Amino acid sequence: MVENRPFLTVLSHLVVLLGVAIIAFPVWMTFVASTHSQQTMLQSPIPLLPGPYLFENYKQVLTEGYGRVGSTAVTMTLTNSLIMALGVALGKIAISIISAFAIVYFRFPGRMYIFWAIFVTLMLPVEVRIVPTYGVVANLGMLDSYGGLIIPLIASATATFLFRQFFLSVPDELTEAARVDGASPMRFFWDILLPMSRTSIAAMFVIQFIYGWNQYLWPLLITTKESYYTVVMTVSRQANVVDSVPAWNLLMAMAMLAMLPPVLVVVFMQRQFVRGLVETEK
Amino acid sequence: MEKRVTFHERWLPYLLVAPQMIITLVFFFWPSGQAIYQSVLIEDAFGGNSKFVFLDNFIHLFNDDSYFASVRLTVVFSFLVATIGLAVSLLLAVMADRVIRGATAYKAFLVWPYAVAPAVAGVLWGFLFNPSVGIVAWMLQGIGIEFNYVTNGNQALTLVVIAAVWNQISYNFLFFLAGLQSIPKSLIEAAAIDGAGPGRRFWDIIFPLLSPTGFFLLVINIIYSFFGTFGVVDALTKGGPGQATNILVYKVYNDGFRGQDLGGSSAQSVILMIVVIALTFVQFRFIERRVHY
Amino acid sequence: MTRILLSSVAAAAVLVSAQGAVAQTEIQWWHAMGGNLGEVVNDLAAGFNKSQSEYKVNPVYKGSYTETLTAAIAAFRAKQAPHIVQVFEVGTANMMAAKGAVYPVYQLMADAKEPFDPKSYIGPVYGYYSTTDGKLLSMPFNSSTPVLYWNKELLSKAGLDPNKPPKTWPELGEMAKKAVAAGAKCGFTPQWQTWTMIENYGAWHNLPYATKQNGFGGTDIELKFNDAPRVKFIQMLADWSKDKTFVYGGREGKSTALFTAGDCAFHIASSATASAIDKALGSDKFGMAMMPYSPDVAPKPQNSIIGGATLWVLQGRPAAEYKGVAKFLNYLASTPVQAKWHQETGYVPVTLAAAEVTAKDGFYKKFPGREIAVEELTLNPPTDNSKGLRIGNFVQIRDIVDSELENVWSGKKDAKTALDDAVKAGNEQLKRFEAANK
Repeated sequence: MVENRPFLTVLSHLVVLLGVAIIAFPVWMTFVASTHSQQTMLQSPIPLLPGPYLFENYKQVLTEGYGRVGSTAVTMTLTNSLIMALGVALGKIAISIISAFAIVYFRFPGRMYIFWAIFVTLMLPVEVRIVPTYGVVANLGMLDSYGGLIIPLIASATATFLFRQFFLSVPDELTEAARVDGASPMRFFWDILLPMSRTSIAAMFVIQFIYGWNQYLWPLLITTKESYYTVVMTVSRQANVVDSVPAWNLLMAMAMLAMLPPVLVVVFMQRQFVRGLVETEK
Repeated sequence: MEKRVTFHERWLPYLLVAPQMIITLVFFFWPSGQAIYQSVLIEDAFGGNSKFVFLDNFIHLFNDDSYFASVRLTVVFSFLVATIGLAVSLLLAVMADRVIRGATAYKAFLVWPYAVAPAVAGVLWGFLFNPSVGIVAWMLQGIGIEFNYVTNGNQALTLVVIAAVWNQISYNFLFFLAGLQSIPKSLIEAAAIDGAGPGRRFWDIIFPLLSPTGFFLLVINIIYSFFGTFGVVDALTKGGPGQATNILVYKVYNDGFRGQDLGGSSAQSVILMIVVIALTFVQFRFIERRVHY
Repeated sequence: MTRILLSSVAAAAVLVSAQGAVAQTEIQWWHAMGGNLGEVVNDLAAGFNKSQSEYKVNPVYKGSYTETLTAAIAAFRAKQAPHIVQVFEVGTANMMAAKGAVYPVYQLMADAKEPFDPKSYIGPVYGYYSTTDGKLLSMPFNSSTPVLYWNKELLSKAGLDPNKPPKTWPELGEMAKKAVAAGAKCGFTPQWQTWTMIENYGAWHNLPYATKQNGFGGTDIELKFNDAPRVKFIQMLADWSKDKTFVYGGREGKSTALFTAGDCAFHIASSATASAIDKALGSDKFGMAMMPYSPDVAPKPQNSIIGGATLWVLQGRPAAEYKGVAKFLNYLASTPVQAKWHQETGYVPVTLAAAEVTAKDGFYKKFPGREIAVEELTLNPPTDNSKGLRIGNFVQIRDIVDSELENVWSGKKDAKTALDDAVKAGNEQLKRFEAANK
């Protein structure tokens, strides 16, 4: 830190710890719930500390799945989720960053209209247009396919908007220098802009990966073959059972497993956040 | 916002935006057009027996008291979710940025909530606050607060706000932190050498440099509070008790999916869409001026 | 030589069996039965598939009732509809009105020349889903009816006989008060309050829910559930809530948690909730009985109406496939299958024969209380007020009623105002439905 102010450092630690405690508490309860029997979870109040069934519950969920229904092998659903999440994250970043580059760094007719056209995709919630989107996907023969799972979700503007913000804050001197050097726009993009955007790309990757990973309604609608089921979809629909009580302990165990990959992604992407790895300081 | 220095190419920009535009046209505009068209129809859910009724669906909404109640509620709700969400996550990000030891662990923990699927998150919060089996409800009762979000509308709204903010905190935190991390150390050091304390440094340097990210998050959070909070309401209160948590987006889903009133639901979403577009436009026009690029 | 002969015979055999496999028609069945219910569903489908080789039923769990219906609608609009979709009972009027989408069961059976005997079905179960002249539109599948559950321990603690349930509402009130005085956190809580406290209270006491035989007779109807007896009943519950004799536990099935946690003495809930309660409390700790009645409204109870869901057949598939659908529906209604479904899930069997077989097997002796649902439904031949409900936009109307009742429980409105407001807003919904389906 710049100067050493122990009071502020302690305060910072405390605030963050408090924040973590409050924020992580529901997750802690998920873990606790996954280590008890179903009976315990139906009584009041539910316990604060883990129970003795950790091994049994996780073993059952991993080997037999959640009962016999929705019990596609967890390995298969995890793989599908992984493919979908990676596809959404990488796809979105790829098409958005070049769009943002075009919109910010070029003057061409229709520029602002295109930006607003892309931006307006955020203004109509998914649930509203989901039935007609299903129709389009069905007509293109993309039901029960990875393409159908991934591509319609890429059509959103968050990434474009974020990259636009970032590019606007990049000093003009850099662009000047590149032009003076005779570099083509794509050269400028590859060699200078892209490396600078590292932290934004990393943040966007984490967010979009989790977004793709947590999709529920869309995979539920367009898949009927078990080989395409995703893990969150199988977990979420067990929470909504009719006329029966979910096996909370098993459900929470599955939820914990479902949470693991996104968390790993975050931890892995930490390195991209660290200050000092950025090659060019502005 | 304009850049002073730009490139001059004829075809390249169109090529660059093409992939996104194509996908957006096919998978957004085309289905959305169909969805919006439904707002001037009355039909049964399966599409047969479809009648063109022009603006009847909209007129019906404007005569509906409960619709206006929902509008007022949504304004309050969105304001709360957006401001609390942004403030808390900014605080956490600034504090986490200062901390060097344990930083990775803190960041991992603070992002976990976002990894929890909204449906599961709603269930979790319901668990914790359940008047009968919930730990937090139990603790509140211990200190004398009778907590029952199933009959008390204000408590229900509070709970939904908490759950919605919780889900979104990690998102905001992540971006604030990324923004903070990309502020060059040299600037901060220079200011410190000039004698500026942490408070001054924050308001005069960090905050303005953070403003592009802040603007991004403001827009996104408002959109989230209008649209993305549906999952939490559905899992926790389904709009009740009474109409206490019946926000507009939930009405849209409820009327369209459960009630199969696609015409009415579409009309509501058209209105919602117009409102959010207007809000966003206002933000771009008036607030973006103050953003420091 | 022999080897070549043998291998060609083997090859021919493989070809023939492959042919057979290719010719098997797949029937898609989209349902909302998760958890252990879904396992039984899979068993039923597997049984059918094993019993013949021409058709293969593929059950797909599509989430909640809402999600399943949405999926079916989306698929139908994209010309990819499943053959069979399970829809909740409140969607009946809306489904019926879907011109060109629905293939009524009576017509399906006739077209496929499959045997079909309406008289073998239990009255209210059949009646809910048929036209006024007795033609079945959708196949009853999982029906339940509200019954009274009680916590034996809490009753003992209050000095009451744990095996003697209340027969009338005043009795229940007294017993609940005593239980609370003896330390119970709540006296009574209802599940699905619109279904149990308004709709079934009406049927049980032979009061109408709406005009034109509760909507069976047409779509230009008005709601009638704000009558004096029900206003009095809801006001009584509101007064009870002051001392926790009555506790509101939330919409839909949320309040069951209060009962399974051992906090409540009495619970009125779907008969299908029995297995969940059994799992939580243990079969000797709770009892099941018929719902109480109000003697000042009716001298004795009439009959109850069902909840749950049915199977609707959708149009849009090649004609030949529907014969398999008809066969499957008949399989589902066959006595051994219905008996199995009823016993393993707690849903009511749809045929009298299945109920009789279950009784004869001694099932009801082993699990006393399971026959209560059937008893309630067959207590008396249904009247115009107790055949069932055929209400358009029923989902929205139920939400309105839920919301107004919540206003009563939270003290914002008294029972009369709330019910009157609910009727007013509900009638608006009915008008919209009428307009949309003229």
